[in-house]
Amino acid sequence: MNNKLLKSTLGTLAIAAAMTVGSSAVFAGADLDKKLVINGETEIVTRTAAPAHLDGALDEIFSGWIFRKDETQTAQMDDFDNPGMIFVDIAQDAWNKVDGSEGKSCASCHGAAEESMAGVKATYPKWNEAAGEVRSIDMEVNNCRTTRMGADAWKLTGGKMTAMNALITLQSRGMPVNVAIDGPAQSMWERGKEMYYTKTGQLEMSCANCHEDNYDLHIRADHLSQGQTNGFPVYRLKNAKLNGVHARFKGCVRDTRAQTYKPGSEDFLALELYVASRGNGLSVEGPSIRN
Amino acid sequence: MKPAILGMAALFAATTALSAAEIAPGDVVFEDGAVAASITGVVGDPVNGRMVVASKKHGNCIACHANDEMPDVAFQGEIGPNLAGVADRYSEAQIRGILVNADVTFEDSFMPSFYRVDGYIRPGKRYTGKAADDTFAPLLAAQEIEDVLAYLMTLK
Ligand code: HEC
Ligand code: HEC
Ligand code: HEC
Repeated sequence: MNNKLLKSTLGTLAIAAAMTVGSSAVFAGADLDKKLVINGETEIVTRTAAPAHLDGALDEIFSGWIFRKDETQTAQMDDFDNPGMIFVDIAQDAWNKVDGSEGKSCASCHGAAEESMAGVKATYPKWNEAAGEVRSIDMEVNNCRTTRMGADAWKLTGGKMTAMNALITLQSRGMPVNVAIDGPAQSMWERGKEMYYTKTGQLEMSCANCHEDNYDLHIRADHLSQGQTNGFPVYRLKNAKLNGVHARFKGCVRDTRAQTYKPGSEDFLALELYVASRGNGLSVEGPSIRN
Repeated sequence: MKPAILGMAALFAATTALSAAEIAPGDVVFEDGAVAASITGVVGDPVNGRMVVASKKHGNCIACHANDEMPDVAFQGEIGPNLAGVADRYSEAQIRGILVNADVTFEDSFMPSFYRVDGYIRPGKRYTGKAADDTFAPLLAAQEIEDVLAYLMTLK
């Protein structure tokens, strides 16, 4: 980890150099104090002190919302303007619909999602004692479908799963992300942390190089955030659909000219757990809007 | 995770592409981060070098570096130093070294190595997300390095 510290020192010097030497400071930094209130009622914590486990690597953590353009930020303040909500409606229908050999819907067992799923997303991924493994929300949904409903598993990166994830996420909106990193989940967490700081691909970049060392700076046209996952699932203007965490990870790894991991793989689950824990204290914000 | 050393395949690809005087990525000799001799023996073309620096499809240096000499290029990055006056700060040999492998000059640099083929972890096949195959090549060809260098030497 010494190298990383050294790197950030060099990086800061280089940035200072750029500011004194350069005259083309066309980009403005983000307004870090901007407040997000959804529908005039749900206050979202988009800036807070970094969790202790980051050990000074970051002083503060920020939602990706902070770094988006004004129009994108504003659209997220009202669910009528948030295209991600369309998928929540679709998932609500699926929630109530009987599917599979057992003649059951999600609602048959879980009742109203507003009650049974409140607070669930905030703690995921987490250790499932009965199964003896760390699970994501998506894994729980597929487990219910295959073992409890006698229905087929949904594709992990598919539209149905991402929409259901959004419906479940919505029930935790405004609650603090609170993912456990100790106990039986610790080894997966350590594995995710190792991945986060490993430079991959021909460009030799780690997640930390972009999202820890250089957030709030521009890499070409992209305004880098801290790569937090509290806003997922994310409606991206770029592909006009809801995107899950693993799909986003895949894109970021691919952009380092690396061989990616598979969405749904244990590798990405470990990374999902670790990255989620870097956002402990931010509000669950999904479904959010990003570019 | 162990570094996946690219074996014979990559080496072979690199060797077949070599012209007589070209120095292969693994054979470049550094002295204090600097590389004194041309890696092609052919004088660099600053016009092509300028294109490589600016183009997303080529060096894409502008992703990280602003460059006062290119006000025509939109969205200049804020990650590395402005390239203005770089030839006053470094010698030609030092800049060649930075271009071939910036890690030698700047320990653990965020700047990619533009003329190197080994020592990568999970190297991919360009931006496909798939594993690297026998088409794996350095980010820039040897002559592109010399061209970019010729361009940067005009930034005084
Ligand atoms: C036959 C009953 C049954 C059906 C049908 C069912 N589940 Fe479950 N589900 C359970 C049980 C039992 C658990 C584990 C105990 C618990 O956490 O409530 C569970 C757990 C979960 C969890 C994890 C909850 C937590 O607190 O960690 C999620 C998420 C979930 N189900 C979603 C769904 C969805 C979405 C559907 C429909 C596609 C569905 N379930 C259908 C019975 C069911
Ligand atoms: C070359 C720089 C780069 C690297 C390396 C990189 N990313 Fe990203 N990432 C981006 C850019 C650019 C975006 C879009 C703008 C933003 O939110 O930063 C992004 C977005 C994200 C987002 C979405 C944030 C949001 O608010 O919606 C997540 C999550 C993320 N990255 C995680 C990762 C992880 C995990 C890794 C390591 C496997 C990684 N990134 C590596 C550049 C990078
Ligand atoms: C991913 C970001 C990135 C890219 C792409 C990149 N660089 Fe750099 N470069 C840096 C950083 C950061 C530094 C500062 C040294 C350090 O901290 O490693 C640097 C330093 C340099 C320096 C030394 C400048 C000085 O004044 O100290 C030169 C010259 C240079 N880069 C040229 C290039 C050229 C030419 C390209 C394209 C072929 C390029 N860079 C692409 C990030 C990048």
